[in-house]
Amino acid sequence: MFEVVQAAVEGAIAGGATYADVRAQVRRSETIDAQNGVIETLASAEAVGIGVRALLGSSWGFFATPGFDLSEAHQAGARAADIARASASVSGARLELADVEVAEATYATPHQEDPFAVSLEEKADLLVAATDQLAQPEAVAVANAGVAFWDTETWFGSSQGHRIHQHLVESGGGMSAMAADGSETQVRSYPQSFGQFETGGYEVIRRFDLLANAERLAGEAVDLLGADQCPEGDRTLILEGSQLALQIHESVGHAIELDRILGWEAAFAGTSFLDLSELGSMRYGSPLMNITADATLPGALGTFGFDDEGTAAQRVDIVREGIWVGVLSGRDSATIAGITPGGMVRGDGYNRLPMVRMTNVGILPGDSTLEAMIAETDDGVYMSTNRSWSIDDKRLNFQFGCEIAWEVKDGRLGRMLKNPTYTGITPDFWGSLDRLAGPEELVHWGTPNCGKGQPMQVGHTGHSAVPARFDNVRIGVTA
Amino acid sequence: MNDRQFCSRVIERVAGRAEAQVAVVRGPSGLTRFANSFIHQNVAEDQAAVSLTVSIGGRVATFTSNRTGGDAIDDLIDRSLAAAALRPVDPLWPGMAPAAGVAAVDHYDAPTADAEPATRAAIVRDFIDAGGGLSGAGFCETEGTTVTFANTEGQRCEGSATRAILDGIHQTPLSAGKAHQTANIVAALDGIDAGRMAAEKARSSVDAIDLKPGRYEVVLEPDAVATILIFLAVYGFNARAAIEQRSFVELGSLQFDQTITLIDDPTRDDALGVAFDAEGTPKGATTLIEAGTARSLTHNRRTAGQMDAVSTGHAVSGGGGFGAFATNMFLEPGDASLDAMVASVDRGLLVTEFNYCRVLDPRTLAVTGLTRNGTFLVENGEIAGPVSNLRFTQSFASALGPGAVLSVEDAARFANSDFGPGFAHVPSVRLAEWNFTGGVQA
Repeated sequence: MFEVVQAAVEGAIAGGATYADVRAQVRRSETIDAQNGVIETLASAEAVGIGVRALLGSSWGFFATPGFDLSEAHQAGARAADIARASASVSGARLELADVEVAEATYATPHQEDPFAVSLEEKADLLVAATDQLAQPEAVAVANAGVAFWDTETWFGSSQGHRIHQHLVESGGGMSAMAADGSETQVRSYPQSFGQFETGGYEVIRRFDLLANAERLAGEAVDLLGADQCPEGDRTLILEGSQLALQIHESVGHAIELDRILGWEAAFAGTSFLDLSELGSMRYGSPLMNITADATLPGALGTFGFDDEGTAAQRVDIVREGIWVGVLSGRDSATIAGITPGGMVRGDGYNRLPMVRMTNVGILPGDSTLEAMIAETDDGVYMSTNRSWSIDDKRLNFQFGCEIAWEVKDGRLGRMLKNPTYTGITPDFWGSLDRLAGPEELVHWGTPNCGKGQPMQVGHTGHSAVPARFDNVRIGVTA
Repeated sequence: MNDRQFCSRVIERVAGRAEAQVAVVRGPSGLTRFANSFIHQNVAEDQAAVSLTVSIGGRVATFTSNRTGGDAIDDLIDRSLAAAALRPVDPLWPGMAPAAGVAAVDHYDAPTADAEPATRAAIVRDFIDAGGGLSGAGFCETEGTTVTFANTEGQRCEGSATRAILDGIHQTPLSAGKAHQTANIVAALDGIDAGRMAAEKARSSVDAIDLKPGRYEVVLEPDAVATILIFLAVYGFNARAAIEQRSFVELGSLQFDQTITLIDDPTRDDALGVAFDAEGTPKGATTLIEAGTARSLTHNRRTAGQMDAVSTGHAVSGGGGFGAFATNMFLEPGDASLDAMVASVDRGLLVTEFNYCRVLDPRTLAVTGLTRNGTFLVENGEIAGPVSNLRFTQSFASALGPGAVLSVEDAARFANSDFGPGFAHVPSVRLAEWNFTGGVQA
């Protein structure tokens, strides 16, 4: 396969590119969804092709073509260079790439059980059984369960001599119960909304133990219909781990993307409230806040061997004791910022231009526990499992909704609350962090649906998180 | 072997063993992105994808691949049939679409499909130059798509369409302004006009004030209106949402203001896309709202079967789980100019677009999101000045409710939306009230 890669690289260099890299890729996926005891979707897909990235002056040119034909690969390289050249009429400062080790290497996701080798019958039976159990209460109108798997094999080469073969395996899924009474709907999901996804094989699915959680989940969805509305006001807020993971994703992960900070995503995804001149000095949150971007965490969804520029996976400090100290970067953006590239550039398939992406952006655990932080709260709300998320284009003003909440009074969980929401301003919110659970409650949550870029790319990112407590947060915003 | 022959060959080989439908989607696309006033990413692709769905007595499987050569046919069929054989029967399987004629539409423009990077770069150049030194960012995209469809019920259809988009902002250090154009021919894109509009908004947005949150009368420009409509389409008029009791729509009820008539119609000359859906069902005009009254849900074959209805041709590719929703909406213009609408506002806001909208409660279609790229305070019928972006928490359904729409613009255009461009052709609207629940800074 590296012959094809080399042909494309040569085509781009012959076309005038000063640098080129190529991904030849075979990607398989499988999605199975069940609803109310019926398998609704059984979809398999494969995408086979090469994507060529050519640098000329200030712009990347990118061209993708299906298949692995040697001649077409060479032409694809030339097309990529031509496209980059066309940008010269609207050019900027010459783009330079930071040096990285030129690797010749292989990497494969450690996994126990090839998810594509597990029979469709077994997977379908699990999902049908799960939705059958979820749908037991009469008030549950919709019971959903699903699994999805990706197997991605990539051969990467560059004009600098990279030769990397990488094989990633990702698995995940989950279930939800939606209760309805004619005037409202309430939903509960497990392991989290949209499911939990990790790097690994079918053992990931077995670990969820969907059936053991179905009855509880359905019961909570039904109980929510009769629960009290989440009150409005300023309260102590305790977040369950998966909600904290999404909070990290939205208010830290995207804000620290260097392409956003540099304005490259200004018109679509947006920019960032962060200013590079304050890197190393700006207070992002309380001293309890320690965030890393770590692409080496075993099993986490944002784990790999090399990014799509051939840079080795690594751990980078992002926030240290509340101070902003790091960003997500690639070889071009790192040069501009004057930092070492972090190996965080990835593309969604062979036919998408790789861009700065979160790896596993997560919080380091503290020394509390969920139980202890509830016991230490006089008047607060404990919210769990994301239901909605919205944040402005600078990643400053956010509003999240959760599926379920419980009042916390005098150190005890009280009544169940429905439609809980909370809102805040990123550094103020993180500044109010005052309790963080310990490593025993740490989970590498996975987000399989992170949209960014044009054409739109869907990224798979990881977020290690534990339950956490925040002081004086505005909750209960309604229409 | 061309795509028509490919599809016919697939159907011939599956026939007798299973029901089947096959679609090949093929065509060039190119997208030129710019930021900080230069082109930084420039991409192109020859896309090709084949999707085969087979049903063996209700055991249904779909296999999608980008291998579209004749040598891929047997593998495609074998893998699909093997997968279908292993799964349980779907008791709600509606079968394949019957043979039916498809409206002849002409939404294809060869120069658009074949547009070179230089063509897009020239449009970008115009946009940036028109900014007069402001910092421009955005994209210009051209694409051509041909869809070829066949199934074992004898349905055969083929359609081609092109689309061209220019979407950009100009920025001062303290503000941004936006312009958007979508058309089915690249020649319709006017970088100079868009660049001037974006720059004017950006300059007008400098020194924005923080406005106290609350309920304000609003004039929403087309990009904001398009976001409301795509949310109505996906979460309201989508028959799947109705089946799952998530929809607020009650057919036959006056749920909207009588100024609102919304028709989904990909067969109009000025529409985008092809005239059949992902199941091969012909598309036509579907009236969603007629003078304020909810008239029709949008169906694919599955939801139609569940509700004893007929598919309206709204199946989306790979989107069965999302249901069936309108993607070619036309909101009927009214009789007011945008200037006159603003002039009628005593105290309110003029909003360019919404950003990052998410549903809080599907039954009321309560949504939270923010304003972006141009929000202005209107006092005594005149623009009083720019305001910082605001967060809102608002029912999209009740915002257009009876008596809530004060006027509708007399002109319309294809707009961008929170779900992307091209789904809706809309005018600006003036609404009695919008619930702003927070400023960006507080």
